[in-house]
Amino acid sequence: MNVNLIEIMSLPFMQRALLGALITGLIAPSLGIYLVQRRMSLIGDGIGHIALTGVGVGLLTGTSPVLTAIIVSALGAVAVELIRERGRTSGDIALAILFYGGIAGGVFLVGLAPGKGSANLTSYLFGSLLTTSAMDLITIAILGACVLAVTVGLRPWLFAICQDEEYAKVSGLPVRTLNLLLAVMTAVTVTVAMRSVGLLLVSALMVVPVAAAQLVSRGFGGTMTLAMLGGVISAGVGILTSAGYDTAPGATIVLAAIALFVLVAAVGAVLRRRRRADTGPAAVCDPPECVLDS
Amino acid sequence: MNSPVLEIKHGAVAYDRPVLRDVNLTVRSGEVVAVLGANGSGKSTMIRAGLGLVPLAEGQVELFGVPLRRFRDWRRIGYVPQRLGAGGGVPATVGEVVSSGRLARRGFPGLLRAGDRQAVAKALAAVDLTDRVHDPVAALSGGQQQRTLIARALAGEPDLLVLDEPTAGVDAKSQEAFAQALRDFVRHGGTVLLVAHELGPLQPVITRAVVVHDGVIAHDGAVPHPAGHHAEPGHDHVHPHAPQDPPSIWGRQ
Repeated sequence: MNVNLIEIMSLPFMQRALLGALITGLIAPSLGIYLVQRRMSLIGDGIGHIALTGVGVGLLTGTSPVLTAIIVSALGAVAVELIRERGRTSGDIALAILFYGGIAGGVFLVGLAPGKGSANLTSYLFGSLLTTSAMDLITIAILGACVLAVTVGLRPWLFAICQDEEYAKVSGLPVRTLNLLLAVMTAVTVTVAMRSVGLLLVSALMVVPVAAAQLVSRGFGGTMTLAMLGGVISAGVGILTSAGYDTAPGATIVLAAIALFVLVAAVGAVLRRRRRADTGPAAVCDPPECVLDS
Repeated sequence: MNSPVLEIKHGAVAYDRPVLRDVNLTVRSGEVVAVLGANGSGKSTMIRAGLGLVPLAEGQVELFGVPLRRFRDWRRIGYVPQRLGAGGGVPATVGEVVSSGRLARRGFPGLLRAGDRQAVAKALAAVDLTDRVHDPVAALSGGQQQRTLIARALAGEPDLLVLDEPTAGVDAKSQEAFAQALRDFVRHGGTVLLVAHELGPLQPVITRAVVVHDGVIAHDGAVPHPAGHHAEPGHDHVHPHAPQDPPSIWGRQ
């Protein structure tokens, strides 16, 4: 299989697939960390649903589905942000309607589009890395750079608004603008990841590497770095595995991310047990309120 | 007389029912004002309205003589909320949280400059948390978390410190560390507005007390002396969470 794998990876379309996946693996957790910090881990999933309506609009009107997906999902993300800002209990229901309306609208519009074909729909729902063209790759790289510029470049601001929004307000930060910017960047990330893991699995790549990273890190910066590293590793391992076993790249990448999480959790648990055994009973630890182990 | 730092004129706040009615409060430069009152009296709402975190239904707020709507000089204000924000599942170190206190002073966020680092280190030292700088805040005790928030506000080197129940549920060591930090801040010309349930070791620092009762200011002047059981040393101030608190601020007659 090894020779075979090298052979496969020497094919230009596989290299493009790998590059596209690595970019996605790098940017998705860099944005996802803010969603996790806000305890809105599943929002990425919802924005993915909405993006499908954008894809439908693109296919129906003959414009680039990526462009229309960005526009529609950005509008959706802004709507989600406005619902969150109000903090109403009914917001929950509003989100549900928005998300399912998004996916239903997408399927509906794709059906109306000329030369429809369910294969087309599947490629957006579960990714279509292997058909990534050089042009696609350039789009992914440019959009990815925009996302990174915001998530990494504005980290102190975004950290502040996600950590303590009221404090950020009293610090004079443009809280509303930053929230909307974060919403739009979520939409861009979803659209970039649409190609590699698909709209239904987008959220996994935003959240799972962050979940793995925070098992071992102590701070926000460390979590972010490790999560991005974990995303890249998952994407690489996922693509290679999928090439070796001829499985769907998107799903394989997500499974690789989950495997990484399980591995980190297991290693972390063993290390903690060993450390506890070394330091003796829990009496050496902090006062009771500090104990966070579940 | 010193210039007003925070001024609420005829302020009224209503959620479903009126919470504050026609409140007038002026805090002048150099003062240390304690806002006292029972749970649900509206004391927290009052200072939050003073910072624009709660919209006023009526009346105006001025910060450093500028109407709230036009106020941009947020670096002059250090805000200490009641507790660490929800802050989610992602860990953050004490250093990271305290560093965000510099945001009002830095323009576009880049790397921390030497001055930023110095201010953060000084603020951590002021609340006696220097050795915890790399620890995740979630691993700290309630009192240490509160001190982290105070350090975050101090790191911005503000002129006015606004604190919402800084001593609630805080252990004695943290209360003492906090009182010391506050004394230093005042000695260097700072102004303080704080909400408190009880003053404890802060009492000597307070220059004026404002008692909020049932949405109006019931007292504005000298610090009232605790009565009854509250006056006993070591009094453990516990309120049953009953829907109605006793009518008097200082407990039963």
